[in-house]
Amino acid sequence: MTTLNKINYLLHLADNALIIGHRCSEWCGHGPVLEQDIAISNIALDYIGQARNFYQYAAEIINSENDPSLGFVLPATEDSLAYLRDTPDFKNNLIVELPNGDWAVTTLRLFLFSTYQFYLYNQLVNDADTQLSAIAEKSLKEVTYHLRWSGDWVIRLGDGTEESKLKIEKAIEYLWPYTGEMFINNDDSISSDWNKKLSSIFHDATLTIPAKSWMQEGGLKGIHTEHLGYILAEMQYLQRAYPNSEW
Amino acid sequence: MNADNKNTRISEEATIDAVWAILKTINDPEIPVLSITDLGVIRNVGIQNQTDSSEPIITITITPTYSGCPAMDLISVQIKMAMIAAGFHQTKIEQALSPAWTTDWITENGKQQLKAYGIAPPVGKSFDNAYLEDLAIECPQCNSKNTTLISAFGSTACKALFKCNDCKEPFDYFKCH
Ligand SMILES: [Zn+2]
Repeated sequence: MTTLNKINYLLHLADNALIIGHRCSEWCGHGPVLEQDIAISNIALDYIGQARNFYQYAAEIINSENDPSLGFVLPATEDSLAYLRDTPDFKNNLIVELPNGDWAVTTLRLFLFSTYQFYLYNQLVNDADTQLSAIAEKSLKEVTYHLRWSGDWVIRLGDGTEESKLKIEKAIEYLWPYTGEMFINNDDSISSDWNKKLSSIFHDATLTIPAKSWMQEGGLKGIHTEHLGYILAEMQYLQRAYPNSEW
Repeated sequence: MNADNKNTRISEEATIDAVWAILKTINDPEIPVLSITDLGVIRNVGIQNQTDSSEPIITITITPTYSGCPAMDLISVQIKMAMIAAGFHQTKIEQALSPAWTTDWITENGKQQLKAYGIAPPVGKSFDNAYLEDLAIECPQCNSKNTTLISAFGSTACKALFKCNDCKEPFDYFKCH
């Protein structure tokens, strides 16, 4: 892997964690009940922490290269990478930037994505890069909780009332075309493990897995939905308006 | 080994012991009864003597409980302040992510402190695959095991919320991690 590829891969992992963390944080103060509001805010915090670890590591590599032609603000910091890159620079999967919608969309998206992360991190734990494997090891413990929590919600909504089932079925229809992008550039074992987990949870939830269909993609190349720009506008406003401001 | 080397080693050991004693007095900002040494977040204390016989550099390695734990920055500041107050001006704090922190590193003393504070200490070892719902968590108030999970996430990421069906009190459980 070239150094630039390595930096871009770390940014991809960081952007995914940051954007899904931001989406989860939007529920803070708006959760359906206090306990679930606290749960999803804690999950957001885990993700922002993971993003920080990946950004810090990417910044360390960018600074040791010290090459302006790579296109990064120098010196790079976790803040410059999160707050001073534009929409086309972000390399997150499209699924994490989609709006929260209702509780069904939010919890199903978290289930689909954290299941993918669970198997990906399981693989990265054995990466030859010890810093990457250390971050994966740390993140894996947290993602295990996210997966359980969101999987429980999928079952509860799917195997719940007529209305909850209708809502989660709509959520499946909405999110499904964004699931294929997670497996681009990844080993087949990740998608087969993901499918197995999905089958088992959907079975308990009395839900049907959609048929194979056309899949959205573009996030890895910086081609995003219209939603990412709005997230960045809100998230980056302070650093852009008041450069280098600190708490 | 000559006498000089031996003396240096003894004084290094004494310095490291002194640093551990300082760290013992610093409490976790979110669970103020628990010292950071009982919490198990201090991984190492190292000492590096300077050739020009100026003050040695003390390196303290800490590990976060959770990636996004907001207490880590505050803990680092508290360590630096306590070290300065004790006369150590050259303290470096390093963060290690691997091996990842686990509740297995909370000391016995730490577990007792948690319970006395009203937080049920972690039961079993980390990476036990048991679901929270299936655990018999003891109420820290009345010791009843007739308790129910309310939420897998409590007031902080490291805790879950339970209620006691006997004394009716809700309480935090420090999750195995
Ligand atoms: Zn009780």
